[in-house]
Amino acid sequence: MSYRLGVDVGGTFTDVLLVDEDSGATWRAKTASTPADQAVGVLHGIEEVCADAGIAMAEVAQVLHGTTVATNAILEGKGARVGLVTTRGFRQVLQIARSFVPGGLAGWIIWPKPEPLADLEDTVEVEGRIASDGSVVRPLDDDDVRAQLTRLAGHGTQRQGVQALAVSLVNSFADAGHERRIRELAAEVLPGVPVSLSSDVLPELREYERTLTTVANGYVQPQVEKYVRHLSAGLREGGVAGELSILRSDGGLQSADAAVAAPVTMLLSGPAGGVTGAVWVAEQCGHRDLITFDMGGTSTDVALVRGLSPRIGRETKVGDLTVRASSVDVRTVGAGGGSIAHVPELTRALRVGPQSAGADPGPAAYGKGGVEPTVTDADVVLGYLPSALAGGEITLDVEAARASVSKVAEAMGLDSPEAAAAGIVDIVNENMLGGLRLVSVQQGFDPRDFALVAFGGAGPLHANALGRLTGAWPVIVPPSPGVLCALGDATTSRRDESARTVLRRFGQLTDGELGQILRELADEAADRLAAQGLARPDQTVGFQVDVRYHGQGFEIPVEVDPAWLDGAGGAGGGSTGALAELGKAFDAEHDRLFSFLLDVDHELVNARATVTGPRPDVAPVRLEEGDGDPAGALVTEHPVHVGGEQVTAQVYDRARLRAGDVVRGPAIVTEMDSTTLVLPGHAATVHASGSLLITPVEG
Amino acid sequence: MARIVETATGEVERVDVDPVTLDLIENGLRNARYEMDEVLFRTALSPGIREQHDEFPLIGDPGGKMVVGQFGLSIPDFLDGFDDTVEEGDVLLTSDPYACGAAISHANDWLLVMPVFHEGRVVGWASMFGHMSDVGGKTPSSMPTDARTIYEEGVVIPPFKLYRRGVPNDDALRIILNQVRMPDWNRADLNGLVAACRTAARRVVEMCQRFGTATYLSALDALLQRNHDAMKVLLQAVFEEGRTLSFTDYICDDGVGNGPYELKLSLTRTGEKVHLDFTGSSPQAAGPINYYINENLTRMFFGIYMITVADPQILWNDGFYPLVDVTIPDGSYWKPAHPAALNGRNHGIGRVFDLFGGLLGQTNPALLNAAGFSSSPHFMYSGHYSSGERKGEWFQLYSIGFGGIPGRPLGDGPDGHSLWPSFVNIPCEYLESYYPLRIETWQTVPDTGGAGLHRGGNGVDVAYVFEEPGEIAIHDDRWLTYPWGVNGGEPGARGRKWIDRAEGAREVLPSKCHGVAVHPGDVLHFVTWGGGGWGDPLLRDPELVAREVRRGLVTQDGARRYGVVVTEDGEVDAGATETVRDQLRADRPAELPVFDMGPPVEELLARCEEETGLPAPRRPVWTAG
Repeated sequence: MSYRLGVDVGGTFTDVLLVDEDSGATWRAKTASTPADQAVGVLHGIEEVCADAGIAMAEVAQVLHGTTVATNAILEGKGARVGLVTTRGFRQVLQIARSFVPGGLAGWIIWPKPEPLADLEDTVEVEGRIASDGSVVRPLDDDDVRAQLTRLAGHGTQRQGVQALAVSLVNSFADAGHERRIRELAAEVLPGVPVSLSSDVLPELREYERTLTTVANGYVQPQVEKYVRHLSAGLREGGVAGELSILRSDGGLQSADAAVAAPVTMLLSGPAGGVTGAVWVAEQCGHRDLITFDMGGTSTDVALVRGLSPRIGRETKVGDLTVRASSVDVRTVGAGGGSIAHVPELTRALRVGPQSAGADPGPAAYGKGGVEPTVTDADVVLGYLPSALAGGEITLDVEAARASVSKVAEAMGLDSPEAAAAGIVDIVNENMLGGLRLVSVQQGFDPRDFALVAFGGAGPLHANALGRLTGAWPVIVPPSPGVLCALGDATTSRRDESARTVLRRFGQLTDGELGQILRELADEAADRLAAQGLARPDQTVGFQVDVRYHGQGFEIPVEVDPAWLDGAGGAGGGSTGALAELGKAFDAEHDRLFSFLLDVDHELVNARATVTGPRPDVAPVRLEEGDGDPAGALVTEHPVHVGGEQVTAQVYDRARLRAGDVVRGPAIVTEMDSTTLVLPGHAATVHASGSLLITPVEG
Repeated sequence: MARIVETATGEVERVDVDPVTLDLIENGLRNARYEMDEVLFRTALSPGIREQHDEFPLIGDPGGKMVVGQFGLSIPDFLDGFDDTVEEGDVLLTSDPYACGAAISHANDWLLVMPVFHEGRVVGWASMFGHMSDVGGKTPSSMPTDARTIYEEGVVIPPFKLYRRGVPNDDALRIILNQVRMPDWNRADLNGLVAACRTAARRVVEMCQRFGTATYLSALDALLQRNHDAMKVLLQAVFEEGRTLSFTDYICDDGVGNGPYELKLSLTRTGEKVHLDFTGSSPQAAGPINYYINENLTRMFFGIYMITVADPQILWNDGFYPLVDVTIPDGSYWKPAHPAALNGRNHGIGRVFDLFGGLLGQTNPALLNAAGFSSSPHFMYSGHYSSGERKGEWFQLYSIGFGGIPGRPLGDGPDGHSLWPSFVNIPCEYLESYYPLRIETWQTVPDTGGAGLHRGGNGVDVAYVFEEPGEIAIHDDRWLTYPWGVNGGEPGARGRKWIDRAEGAREVLPSKCHGVAVHPGDVLHFVTWGGGGWGDPLLRDPELVAREVRRGLVTQDGARRYGVVVTEDGEVDAGATETVRDQLRADRPAELPVFDMGPPVEELLARCEEETGLPAPRRPVWTAG
């Protein structure tokens, strides 16, 4: 018997999912998160779930974990003090920050510029200089480097030494020699201080992005290291024999050691777990193309998945910070259940967000002192969240919700709080539609070709409406949305990637050179995974390159079919070559996105190889077969407002629904940690795997 | 006068639009407008659009009023001057500022106008212009600093149908592209502009389908009305009846030896309307710095300062335009007579920000910003590779410099940033990979930001080492007049340019020049100006001043301007600081001026050569006739 554990640490709860690898049976535990030391809550949850399953912790072979430790270090500004080594003349690279000011015309007036992640006081310059072709303009001077590092060590100054060191020299993507030498010298001058080299973290052209990413790596590293070591030790002491793996932002798994070495790759570890969980759930229901819709309290995350593969983006955004690291292309809309509705006096328009009531005081309906009208209050006013049925954990104050929403009704001159509530819900749905369009229509995808998988605290309440706005059917509401991330952690595979900037026009490149570059990158990643215990025969290699028309400022990522590299491309025997195939694939994508092509040479900018292990199997839950009639799960009836009318919704207990039952709208389906709204004219069919599939009813 | 061909007959009746639908349509228009930007940024080849994001979108209602967007095209005026039909599938192109009422302000800007048809009738207009990095003419990038007529500034395209009912006019395009140095750039950017306008058109049609054409069009009316009503309230609240506010700023010179040019703007509210008046500004320039502005653009700049503060999420539109009267004197800097040269109008556009800031800020000095990096200075470098595998190949660089954002009520001005939205610098590694040059320094210059309670942002020194023989060109300003400080804040430092020749000589360059020969090993220092300071520098926290000394943003000497004495170790000498601050307070007037413009113009001119190494320009004069 062997077991695997998926662990997701959220802001409030830690979800643990235990999977019996043979039978696929699962057990879950939900414990309070322990922000001061997340490992405490995790270990507690593991003990609980093992006790529940009646197994010893020693029987757990693998612990798979999505964590927000790195994200929180950045959001809370509690990372390490990072010393930065730059090239002479470039000390202010983070201060200048590409000269970019966000916002529209006059946006500069109201923009508070964030402080650089490495203080200028902790930034030094060295004399050595590499040219863009990798040649040496000025050699590195060891004495100069030692003197600069000594300053960062705090010797001879009143300052403490830095806690982490980032080295990012101009053109180090072309030659890493100077950076590597600095690492050697840092081991002497700054013993015990972790060093991040930009040529390791992100060997790509663009000094600001590379420097920022390298500094971010150093910034979160000490906390990540402490957490991972502490958790590993705790697991060992608790008797867990299996190893700990951490989810990367791109949805792959890496060993704990790899995570510590490159923590910048796991900034979106948490959301990636949600997306991989959604993929697994959709697959159970027979859907391979989907859009995820994770609506929480303050924001909503959406991502697009084709053929069970999430779109991977090259940027990771956390708060104000954007670093260059691969991550599931999750777009965030600043709208959620806690978003506050307001009506500016001047224009009397209805605005929802971006301000949020957060967890404290929260929506007025939570009765914790909130008075501002939020989306959740509007949901309550419309009857979508019956007060007696919120899992019993929170009692909803309907009158407080009505009072708050009435303020909006008054300001807009509407005759009832219901009318204002309907407006708030419509506006917030529209904001989220904007997010869904970002990942679909604006990337050239028709949302009607995708299913919509809804989770997060407020997702299942708003999902039916979003399905109607996008035409993405069915809307899939997974069972126990709260545990979805842990499920994602438990069902993902090991992964690593190597990348580098190539920057050559196709005319300056041969098929053979392209193949060689990609195979070298694959070997690097494969070796690292082999060192983590993943045997070569179990590895799958994928190639991706970023291509643009020579002179463009943006690249389009294109998958490289390994067959092209074998010279086996081209149907009908005529080999057309890898570069020609790549050019065709790029043109097709450019045409799809922008509906035109250019007669300009293609340029290869970055090349990447991704190596993945086999995907673990989790046997799906099978619900007992029902007769199509959900009456056995009927709890009560409740009035709801839809489309300007009051109608009566049936309220069902999700735990008592059986496979094949059809819940006709208007209906509300409740469970411990979520509530699903089925609108009139729609029906939710209970899938054997436990998900609800909402579709419009014919006729 | 254009004739619009619609197959549908009858008017679309107006209907009531519920407030939520109104907000949904507002949101849809906003998304469509940003989608236009996105399509163009991602496909453009020319650095002006790709890196600088010098482009502006617009979506209009059927009558041509802007319902969302960021430039001052008057579609009715444009159509008045266009003698042809307008049909479904047509796309109109022009680059002639004199033929479109200054919707664009120089020939580098290519403007597309496209009708949006749904069910046989015009339901709106999509329009966009972008700055082409080269449109031919006598200098690379088409911005000769000594031009006296628009004929020297490259190809000038009169309004014509680039697409007639969906069919491109390839012959005309071939003739146009035959005039330019980098036709691939223009072709790609033009494709991107067309794709962006078509995207906007698709979104408008989708909204007509989703909400119904009558509801969509009625919503546009309501959105225009919403702006009108909001502005009406604001104008009453902010401006005293009958009181005239005025402010004057400068463009230092016109590239051919005249300057500084006075830019004067006055505002008076009478009843529900305000009057913006450029009377008192200098005459049109002999050189190419004229900024041909139109009435609508003036209204838009004005509105941006007014409404964004009250409801930042509001959608920009024409609705309030009837509340604002604008006077722009013929033959002035703002409305030069054809065929005056226009290419270097980037200083004027930027200075509009300072002008409106200084004008409107007088109603509430606490909300006043200092003068900032009110331009987008250009640097060009071009030539042929003289050796290596690219020998004989043409290279042409066009890039933008950045400088000090002013001290603001909110806090310090960022160092070395852009006053324009979405502009970004071109990374050093990109420049070194694609052009024969190396960058030795890319730093902000300490003490160039004006001292103040909130410090002005520092200017930037970029030192380019050239690796191939070629020519450079520069378009900059604020080398003579100062970026002013406010509320006791001091002016920022002026910009400077010089070449350290490989053989050792130092050569000061004027802020506007082209055709300057450079050779391998020559180093150009392109030093931009700092932002003005905000508030009394003696009130700035001494610890912060010391920290900025340690950060290299202020020097030990520079700290003295704040009355702060910083030790060699970078720590505050508290006792000495107090003494210095007391002395400085005693030596200055009790009341600090709202504006500190630096020395008067006469004095600047008298000391010009001595201070800048450049001859003083001649003051421009209005001539009779």
